[in-house]
Amino acid sequence: MRDVAVIGVGMMKWGELWEKSLRDIFVESALEAVKDAGVDRIDSMYVGCMSSGLFVGQEHLGSLLADYLGMGPIPALRVETACAAGGAAFKQAVMEVGSGMSDIVLAGGVEKMTDIGGDGATFALATAADAEYEVYNGVTFPGLYAMMAVAHMDAYGTTREQLAAVSVKNHANGAKNPHAQYPFELTVDRVLNSVMIADPLTILDCSPITDGAAAVIVCPLDMAKDLTKNKPIKVLASTHATDTIALHSREDIAWLGAVAKAGELAYAQAGLSPSDIDLAEVHDCFTIAEVCAIEALGFFERGKGGASAESGETAIGGRIPVNASGGLKSKGHPVGATGIAQIIEVTKQLRGEADKRQVEGARIGMTQNMGGTGGSCVVHILGAE
Amino acid sequence: MSTSARYWREIPQRYRYEGAKCKSCGKISFPPRVVCKSCGGREFEKVELAKQGKLLTHTVIRVGPSQFADQTPYAVGVAELDDGVRMTAMIADVDFEELKVGMPVKLEFRKVRDEGEAGIICYGYKFVPVR
Ligand SMILES: [Zn+2]
Repeated sequence: MRDVAVIGVGMMKWGELWEKSLRDIFVESALEAVKDAGVDRIDSMYVGCMSSGLFVGQEHLGSLLADYLGMGPIPALRVETACAAGGAAFKQAVMEVGSGMSDIVLAGGVEKMTDIGGDGATFALATAADAEYEVYNGVTFPGLYAMMAVAHMDAYGTTREQLAAVSVKNHANGAKNPHAQYPFELTVDRVLNSVMIADPLTILDCSPITDGAAAVIVCPLDMAKDLTKNKPIKVLASTHATDTIALHSREDIAWLGAVAKAGELAYAQAGLSPSDIDLAEVHDCFTIAEVCAIEALGFFERGKGGASAESGETAIGGRIPVNASGGLKSKGHPVGATGIAQIIEVTKQLRGEADKRQVEGARIGMTQNMGGTGGSCVVHILGAE
Repeated sequence: MSTSARYWREIPQRYRYEGAKCKSCGKISFPPRVVCKSCGGREFEKVELAKQGKLLTHTVIRVGPSQFADQTPYAVGVAELDDGVRMTAMIADVDFEELKVGMPVKLEFRKVRDEGEAGIICYGYKFVPVR
């Protein structure tokens, strides 16, 4: 395998983008990535998207988006593994460049979630769970994560306040991110007293419904200096693991097995351990998800993730800054684009271009993007050259 | 809206609580599988699930899908039955304040949801507290 580098990144401000369509938001971000890299062509492209079929009634995205990007007839493929689609699209691009099949590949992600009503969006998101044996029986996505939270609270004494502190921390970071959908600060009281969605999670424990896209350009590391003026960011590890999609089929409901597995493989691939990581972007679709993810990735002992935000250890300037971008909670969660936006945040941090949310001296960063309640997980480690 | 075939295909599990017990390791798959998750075995015998168990976790869904609108808010949980099978179901006839990890529950046959005008009325199992 050839070494692979990220040489261009592009995203827009995320939110409820009523005036723009799925193809508009994807092309805008992809052009930004091409411009940032300074390349004059792309050889191939992957697009992460969870459910354009249900959200906007459009499949066959690879060809549609390559065409609207003005890049046809390049090969272009849509990648889906629920909410980890973006991370998986990036992994495909890394594999294609690493293998020598192509030199300049675009990995993007997109989700247009507001063209359908709230009930339609709930239905579309629930398709990441087991349709016949979870969703049939009335469980919703927030409900599944709420059950992970109850199990974690019962086993380890994690508190509602500790979960709320995750949201408060991520909003404090997101308030410094110009691309964030909800760049405002919160307090623990406000999180606890907002509308209850699925006990014990309130609406401010949940990531929002978002329209958004993101794109990056990868190329062989040894070609980077000829192709771009940007500091190349090397891909040190690219891994993927799966678990049962039904939460009830797992041995421990409060443990993310696929995250632990993908993390282990990534540390082995990069020859690193958790203490080598300077910052991590993790999949905080709900506050409890961040707690479980940072345990599975080895930043905290099993059962000890609850106090992470409350203690300040995961804040910018803390022992292991988590979700400096604002995370899914504040930045927004256009499902298929999320994994790519995580790569963008780490790239910017390692380039030293993260402005007010810069993690000082960051040289190695991790991304963790998961699908459903953890039925799939994609992990990447990136390093400044 | 799905065809009725999708619904009746699951009836053995939902109405009769049928699982598949692996002939080599004894693990019960619910729903039945072709390949045993524990040992890779391919031979099974049909068994009826234990109809009692304990809650492993729970929640109260306050914002539910439209098919459950007439029941919202409602409790949902994951239980482990006495034969080791784990499943997700609604918890009926419960005060939300009494929900507790470890709480004994039994399976009861109930109406689960309504697909709406001209749709199917869907039945299956729910958990009910054992008092
Ligand atoms: Zn077996």
